[in-house]
Amino acid sequence: MLTVLSAVAILVVLALIFGAILGYANVRFHVEGDPIVDQIDALLPQTQCGQCGHPGCRPYAEAISNGDAINKCPPGGQATVQALADLLDVEAIPLDGGEAEEPKKKVAVIREDECIGCTKCIQACPVDAILGAAKQMHTVIADECTGCDLCVEPCPVSCIDMVEVGVTTRTWSWEKPNGVATQSLDIIATDRQTEVNA
Amino acid sequence: MSAATVYNFHGGIHPPENKAQSLRLPLGHPKLPEELILPLGQHIGQASRPLVAVGDKVLKGQTIAINNGFLSSFLHAPTSGTVKVIEERPIAHPSGLADVCIVITPDGADEWQELEPLRDWQKVSKTDLLAFLAEKGIVGMGGAGFPTQVKLQGAQKHNLSHLIINAAECEPYITADDMLMREKSLELILGIEIVQHLANAQQVMIGIEDNKPTAIAALEKVIRERQSNIQLVVVPTKYPSGGEKQLIKLLTDQEVPTGKLPADIGILCQNVGTCVAIYEAVQFGRPLISRFTTLTGDGFGAPQNVEVLLGTPVSHLLSYADANLSQVERIVMGGPMMGFTLDSLSAPIVKTSNCILAATRKELPLPEPEQACIRCGMCEQACPASLLPQQLLWFAKSQEHEKAEHYNLFDCIECGACSYVCPSSIPLVQYYRHTKAAIRDAREAAVKSDIAKQRFEARKARQEAEAAEKEAKRLERQKAAAAKPAAKKAAPTKVTEAPAASSAPVDEETKKLKVDLAIAKAKLKKLDKALQEAQERQAVEEISALQLQVDGATADIKEMEAKLPATAPVAKPKDAAPKVALSDEAKKAKVDVALASTKLKKIEKQLADDPDNAELRDKQSALQQELATAEARFAKLQPEQASSEAKPAAAKPVLSDDHKKAKVDVALASTKLKKVEKQLGEDPDNAELKAKQAEFQAALATAQAELAKFEAHAPVTAKPEAKATAPADDEALRKLKIDTAIAKAALKKAEKALAHAQEIGADNVDTLSQQVDEARGRAEALEQALTKGEVPPPAAAPKAEVNQLAEQIKQQKIAAALAKAQVNKLKKQLAQQPEAEDLQQQLSVAEAKQQEEEAKLEQLTNSQENR
Ligand code: SF4
Ligand code: SF4
Ligand code: SF4
Ligand code: SF4
Repeated sequence: MLTVLSAVAILVVLALIFGAILGYANVRFHVEGDPIVDQIDALLPQTQCGQCGHPGCRPYAEAISNGDAINKCPPGGQATVQALADLLDVEAIPLDGGEAEEPKKKVAVIREDECIGCTKCIQACPVDAILGAAKQMHTVIADECTGCDLCVEPCPVSCIDMVEVGVTTRTWSWEKPNGVATQSLDIIATDRQTEVNA
Repeated sequence: MSAATVYNFHGGIHPPENKAQSLRLPLGHPKLPEELILPLGQHIGQASRPLVAVGDKVLKGQTIAINNGFLSSFLHAPTSGTVKVIEERPIAHPSGLADVCIVITPDGADEWQELEPLRDWQKVSKTDLLAFLAEKGIVGMGGAGFPTQVKLQGAQKHNLSHLIINAAECEPYITADDMLMREKSLELILGIEIVQHLANAQQVMIGIEDNKPTAIAALEKVIRERQSNIQLVVVPTKYPSGGEKQLIKLLTDQEVPTGKLPADIGILCQNVGTCVAIYEAVQFGRPLISRFTTLTGDGFGAPQNVEVLLGTPVSHLLSYADANLSQVERIVMGGPMMGFTLDSLSAPIVKTSNCILAATRKELPLPEPEQACIRCGMCEQACPASLLPQQLLWFAKSQEHEKAEHYNLFDCIECGACSYVCPSSIPLVQYYRHTKAAIRDAREAAVKSDIAKQRFEARKARQEAEAAEKEAKRLERQKAAAAKPAAKKAAPTKVTEAPAASSAPVDEETKKLKVDLAIAKAKLKKLDKALQEAQERQAVEEISALQLQVDGATADIKEMEAKLPATAPVAKPKDAAPKVALSDEAKKAKVDVALASTKLKKIEKQLADDPDNAELRDKQSALQQELATAEARFAKLQPEQASSEAKPAAAKPVLSDDHKKAKVDVALASTKLKKVEKQLGEDPDNAELKAKQAEFQAALATAQAELAKFEAHAPVTAKPEAKATAPADDEALRKLKIDTAIAKAALKKAEKALAHAQEIGADNVDTLSQQVDEARGRAEALEQALTKGEVPPPAAAPKAEVNQLAEQIKQQKIAAALAKAQVNKLKKQLAQQPEAEDLQQQLSVAEAKQQEEEAKLEQLTNSQENR
């Protein structure tokens, strides 16, 4: 009986001590902000397009952390859904709208001689990727454009096009081999010249 | 020359060499092709910027494109001719994509531009020498085409222990470097000397595989002749000993750590071709316009090495070396291990093209279909980078990029040794290349999205700052607007007192006011400061709270200031201490009016911007009503003030000490007199008493006279005996003055009401203007009377009262008019939007108010008539 009692007592004391330590640590090492929101935000493509129905990527990150669906980001594509599912340890669901295709990278291009210089597109661009001034020709800084589409609609003369970014020799990358039981003409290092040697 | 120790590196394979074919014939010199195609991106880094335009005549060696940034290179015309076109052409790239090229049509003259060598390279600074090399378009000719000056520049920052010249040329089939060393051994050694001058390494080594005896002999001869301290290290043939890291391991037994450059461990590697190009550039001023390339494979009738101009299309070389295209299965640029299949035969030779392999089907059969990995571990044994290829394959297939990186995917040199040995014919290198590209893309995307986020946040911050600034400005305007009406309201009060102004000593009342004023001002300052701080901090709630306080304080101060000059003269007769200070209630009303009008103004402005906003309209009407109420309240309180001003005599007379003393004197004297008279009554013949009586009578008279002097200012208490008639005139005059002031104030008020009515378009403008005229007439009459100094008719006092009443009536009229205007307005609005319920509500409220005001007015008029 005494052993049981002392064991209980020791456990209680230990629990109290660890509780105190944890409580102290919670206060002492308190993390400002919401780390999970930051992590979600880091996975979102930061296109700031609002297609998820939130005004920017961070608001969507906050919404996700509050239980919103993770499949609302079309620019991120299925890859982002997957990444979010991994992070939040939930089931990966198909992208809202069922767009199975990988999103194509696009940039806005202003047909400059048609621009009337109304500055409407500048006001719409979430990342300040458009350059211009009132009654002056406007242009898109292609490197800064996230391809969010938001400038297209406000343009009163419809002179903004979303142009797909083509692959150049500098952005091209090797395709993944098709897998088991396939052949590829491009592959040469695998070729053992047994016949030549023979 | 002692034989240097040769170490070993892990893995490696021994594929069939196939080098002999291309060495049977001497170095060939193909004739000029019909056009030379020069891609702008022949090197790692940014593509060059073209300097020539279509149609330009160029000379051999002329710069046709310059570097575009730090990691970029120059490009030169390989022969004289005309720039035919600058356009996208298929280039030698695994993707088979096209890229921008400068196309030159040779004129056949092959005319050199005047060349400027740098023979005294030992004397010029290293920086100048490096810049010179950059201008000659020298890039690493062994591998990826890394701009040489960048590599040398980077290496200069380190203390180099070894300069290693890579002559291993380990890949099967290729013999271009071998041929170069045979043909240009002296140039190579001289070039190495220049590189050594730049690198200043402790040891210079040439690493060469033992399958090139002719080249080894030639180099040894030159080294001996020049008594150079360059070490020629012969390494056993093993693929890929020509890999930079592998050669370093072979020659120095040092390993380059993951993610580091050879320079980080004090080693610089250069390709033999690069060294020769450096020599030719420095010695003859010749830019990099040609190179040695091996044409080999069973598809060629005459496989050989050629010195070929950059930009020569592959097809031209095929026909030059009698390629039998019908037999050729595929054309590979580079060797069989690391090269890639060309899609287009019009692709040109570039600075890094060391081999064209025209292979027959027999030579390069189709790869076997991929099988599943059997975990045999052969790839791991073959890997020269000591990686775990089967693990990497696993991660590549499952896209576990982080794990792949963790297993040092980026240390893979893509040598293909693993693929070569894999019994399952898995194209391992392709998997790695794809995964590397995917990781790089992801990194780039992360950088881009970071930038996008930054820009988005910067924009948000900017917009918020702009909004805050606007808000601050608006508040400032509001403040100014609130101060103005307060000043206007205060003005009439000031005028009321002004006519009575005369130079008078500042008495205590004034002093007290002044002190109050100073305190109020200090308070205002403090509030202002707090407000400013709040604005800086953008604490919106605080701002509005403070704003209210500031407005109140400003209004207070205005009042006090208005009072101050007025107080001095009025306060002169002490018993007439004026109660001009507005009652608290009036003050509050005033502030309310100011606030309401400011708010109204704001809304009206907003409404002007956005005339269809129903919400704003609602607000506007609500505010108008509020303003009307506030004004009416203030107007109601105003007469009180006026009456208190008008009744200075009614104010409780405060008796001065002298006055009191005089009174006491009189009382004393009269008592004494009475006593003496009583005594005299008992003893009428007492001469002494009679004398006393006369004496007391005189004293009493004096005292009374004295008292009368004081009583002149306080006629109410003056004894009839004092017969103080003169002061009465004084009194009337003052009353007149006050009346005049009141009349003027009334006039002002009426004028203001009129202005307001005109502003809001009320229909009582006529009535009001009539009132204004009346008020003006009266004020003028009074003023006239005042200037004439006319003693006013005895009815002056009641008249003042009547005036007061009239004043009140007028105020009431204004209030009623305002209420009526409000009602009209609401009716109009209601007509526009009959559904608006709140409008109806407002209307009923306003109507009630109107009735109330009118009732009051009637009452007042009645009382006036009754008088
Ligand atoms: S330029 Fe247009 S498409 Fe590009 S980021 Fe701005 S708004 Fe979006
Ligand atoms: S919205 Fe259209 S017209 Fe207006 S500035 Fe932009 S591009 Fe020009
Ligand atoms: S390709 Fe990469 S993994 Fe394969 S053997 Fe070469 S270095 Fe190793
Ligand atoms: S050599 Fe091929 S089969 Fe063997 S372990 Fe490596 S990948 Fe697997």
